[in-house]
Amino acid sequence: MSTATYTPVGIPAVKAPRDLSLAKSRSAADGASRSGIWVGIFAITMSFAAFTSALFVREGAAGDWTHLTLPSILYANTAALLLSSLTLERSRRSLAAQTLSRATPQYITSAAAHNAIIWLGVTLALGLLFIVGQCQAWRELAAQGLFLATNANSSFFYVFTGMHILHLLGGVAALAYMIGQLVGSHSAFRRARFENTAIYWHFMGILWVYLLFVLRTRL
Amino acid sequence: MQEASPAPVHVHAPPTGFLRKYVFSLDHKVIGLQYYGLALAAVTLGMVLSWLMRFHLVWPTIRVPGLELISKVGAPGGIITPEYYLSLLTMHGTLMVFFVLTNAPFAAFGNFFLPIQIGAEDMAFPRFNMMSFWTTFAAFLVLMLAFFIPDGPPISGWTAYAPLSALGSDAGPGLGWGQNLWAISIALFCVGSLLGALNFIATTLDLRAKGMTLMRMPICTWAWFITSCIALLAFAVLLPAVLLLILDRLAGTSFFIPSGLVVSDRLQPHAGGSPLLWQHLFWFFGHPEVYIAILPSMGIVSHVLINSMRKPLLSAKVIIYSMLSIGFLSWMVWGHHMFVSGMNPFSSLLFSFPTLTITIPATIMTLIWLGSLYGANIRITSAALFALGFISMFVSGGVSGFFLAQPSIDIYLHATYFVVGHFHMVMGVASIFGVFAGTYFWFGKMTGRMLNETLGKIHFWATFIGTYCIFMPFHYLGLVGNIRRYSTFVDDFMGPLMPLHKFITIAAFFTGAAQLIFLYNLAHSRFFGKPAPQNPWEGTTLEWSVPSPPPWNNFGDKHPVIYHDPYQYGVNGLKGDYVMQDSPEQIVGGV
Amino acid sequence: MGKLFAVVLVIIALVSAYPIVTHKYVQPEDISTHGHAIDEQLSDTMAESGFAFLGAQFLLAFFVWKFTERKDGAKVRHMPGGAKVMVVAAFILVGTEVLALGVFGQKAWASVYFAPAKSDDLQVQVQAGQFAFYFRYPGPDGKFGQLHPDKIDEGNSNFFGLDPANDVESRDDVVAAELAIPVDREVHLLMHAKDVGHSFYVRELRLQQDFVPGLDLSLHFTATKTGKYEILCTQLCGLGHYNMKAYLDVMSQDDYDKWMKEKVSEQ
Repeated sequence: MSTATYTPVGIPAVKAPRDLSLAKSRSAADGASRSGIWVGIFAITMSFAAFTSALFVREGAAGDWTHLTLPSILYANTAALLLSSLTLERSRRSLAAQTLSRATPQYITSAAAHNAIIWLGVTLALGLLFIVGQCQAWRELAAQGLFLATNANSSFFYVFTGMHILHLLGGVAALAYMIGQLVGSHSAFRRARFENTAIYWHFMGILWVYLLFVLRTRL
Repeated sequence: MQEASPAPVHVHAPPTGFLRKYVFSLDHKVIGLQYYGLALAAVTLGMVLSWLMRFHLVWPTIRVPGLELISKVGAPGGIITPEYYLSLLTMHGTLMVFFVLTNAPFAAFGNFFLPIQIGAEDMAFPRFNMMSFWTTFAAFLVLMLAFFIPDGPPISGWTAYAPLSALGSDAGPGLGWGQNLWAISIALFCVGSLLGALNFIATTLDLRAKGMTLMRMPICTWAWFITSCIALLAFAVLLPAVLLLILDRLAGTSFFIPSGLVVSDRLQPHAGGSPLLWQHLFWFFGHPEVYIAILPSMGIVSHVLINSMRKPLLSAKVIIYSMLSIGFLSWMVWGHHMFVSGMNPFSSLLFSFPTLTITIPATIMTLIWLGSLYGANIRITSAALFALGFISMFVSGGVSGFFLAQPSIDIYLHATYFVVGHFHMVMGVASIFGVFAGTYFWFGKMTGRMLNETLGKIHFWATFIGTYCIFMPFHYLGLVGNIRRYSTFVDDFMGPLMPLHKFITIAAFFTGAAQLIFLYNLAHSRFFGKPAPQNPWEGTTLEWSVPSPPPWNNFGDKHPVIYHDPYQYGVNGLKGDYVMQDSPEQIVGGV
Repeated sequence: MGKLFAVVLVIIALVSAYPIVTHKYVQPEDISTHGHAIDEQLSDTMAESGFAFLGAQFLLAFFVWKFTERKDGAKVRHMPGGAKVMVVAAFILVGTEVLALGVFGQKAWASVYFAPAKSDDLQVQVQAGQFAFYFRYPGPDGKFGQLHPDKIDEGNSNFFGLDPANDVESRDDVVAAELAIPVDREVHLLMHAKDVGHSFYVRELRLQQDFVPGLDLSLHFTATKTGKYEILCTQLCGLGHYNMKAYLDVMSQDDYDKWMKEKVSEQ
């Protein structure tokens, strides 16, 4: 050990290649929540992949695999959910004009907020409509005597749709929260959260289309 | 050149009040300690259960005083019944695998040190973090409930193979509400672990301090990061599996239960399910779970070892790439648990190959650790002893994997004590050695007081020798063909093996008793230990740049800036033979 | 303390290896035609793993002995060659081992699972249920009767759920609690689970196979030595798991014929 060899250099030994010093400021936290939402989406995808492979294995396992006709209301529900993605984008657009650089405080005019709230409300309503529609589909199946435990097909139908609704409820809550943020003081509004909600909601739409495809082709 | 940082926006305000500080805390350090405490409770209980099992195996007719108070049915008059043995076995496995091996090296140490080691103030989502602990805690309570219901805990093993686990109380005691509680507990545990893994990943990706590139992260941070990626996938598969199991049990579906089963003289009202589906889903989680248990310990051991050797590893990069490839390969090997399960025999060969291939990165890691010792100047501390012991255990448990990875040998050894010896050594003991190394290394940082080193060394010697005495003979028993999960050996065949069983049981009592030294050391040092200096081991990473224990926001109001790779040992530094990561001095010398 | 660690480690390694080297704990004698391949594979693996085990433990002990709290004041240094040597060594040593074991191991596996059954094999059905095995022979007509799970009635010894009233083929089926087979004749074992998962394990036959409820599997093997051997259930199946066993009775052809005659006359 020799202090003599140390010259108090003003420069770091290795230049810091990436500036993450804003770690504690909002933008890094926003970055983390963006990563978080994608990681979460990844995990949910994995779960549904597990459900799907369970369906394939179960289909091949025994000769009791019958076919059931999907209630046609599912297609109307699908349309409602996909439409809700469009209205959500519409809401996002109305705020996009208000986009300010990350460094400056965000300010949203009340007109833009008003617009955004209305379209968010429409999105929320369509989301709820979808859930009501799915419940209607369950009732139609139940009326045919097809319940959760009736046969393998109906089991998978209820599990797939049920698990999807469970995840969708998270999106519904997030939408309601965003409306609350915009209705209240705009200063609490965080754009990144809105963006993340939008990503999640679109993912729910894509997930449902995938599930519908699987249900349509396998059941 | 310390740059002026912007005024920090804290992730959360300083905690006030007892509840926010110690119970529903958002602070990753408190949550880490809570996980540690939970793991400690679980491991103590799990160890007592293993004592009871070992006792019953060799002295089945001798009563255990007081046991009848815990379970009148399971241990009438203090004598353990065969079904209670299976309950103990199930609970021991579940506690140890989930609440100890997943919680202690990963959730506990990871929570406490990952944010500090990357220079962050807290986890990315402190509220999720709190939720993941309390969900895990709820899972623990639900599991514990199973001890106190009249039906008793489940008897289907920690793997809960369907249809035994799916049929309900017809199939045996403990398979009614006991099994329900088990399934609910595991589902909750999955949710907690998923939230935790998500948090770890987002934190590592986005909250690193200035200059903290991925390759400058300490090896244990890498290990926690890789582990959280594995955990995210693994628990995302176990959760659906357990949900389907719950539906089979409570809603009368038939995912895992086939037609025409006659249980307790009753034809079961199920049709068409697939028992192998459960095994596939379970082991798709189950094998990665092994790496969830061992990878963090590998990281901790590397971290401790480098510090004790006073020199860097031959290559930290190779260790990191090896861990990544182990993580990657872990997804292709689940079938090696199912060689004789009735799966297509061709797929056994397919699963065998990647399983054998995993040996390569594992061997690389071992050789890097060994080769790095060459030319070192090892400081023998309790932490260093446990780290060295880890290498020894990892080798011993690893070589037996060679046998089990080959389907042909597995035909003979499957379900024998050989398997039990293998996974206890490599996944249980080795991983726990990592936890011990971490505890002796970081206790001062976590609590502000140092552990007693003399007691630590006594604890090491007793544990090291003791665990070898317990688990080496398991392999011998397996070679003879001694079956696992038997509560009593009722035949002549086992007669000659009883002395060995007795030896194991005595060794288990001895080793278990040695853990009391550890518990005493923890409790005593927590209050009366020497106050911990900021950097007692002359370490280089960021946790040594903050006070012991760190303040609620870790780095105070200053932001760490990272200038160096994590392990600058064996150099001519300003303070000694090391240069800290956040020190702007130039590196002079080095190996 | 480093030297102590080294000494203890060497002692542990030697003591651990001692019972293996002296063959104190070995598998019971093999009585099957395929078992020797498994045994060979096992002893090859033991030799290779043993070498790796002792080598690694000794190396660890040696380095800890030599490089602990050095008094020479020399600077720390790296091993000549560094990480590259280690990586290459791991690939060569373990890689070849993996390949060798993997390739040779296939042969042993294939002898159990891929060898075609002989046409004159003896068909026996085994049913595993909580907590007993039952064995069924097709009887003089050479045909098994159908199974009817709803007709299972242990009280009346109808363990398989046969329906002799309506099913002619089942009337002469021989049901036994032990597996009697003639020596040196291939046995085709049809495996059926009544309730939960079980497993069929005979140490001496080097044979282990799970019963999967809902999925009837089969195994074939030839026993080469007469005698009585234990059949164990190795898949956790409930509270009586530890007590679920039966006997494999390998007889000479004459004894087997006699036994079968007796059983048929009992029907």
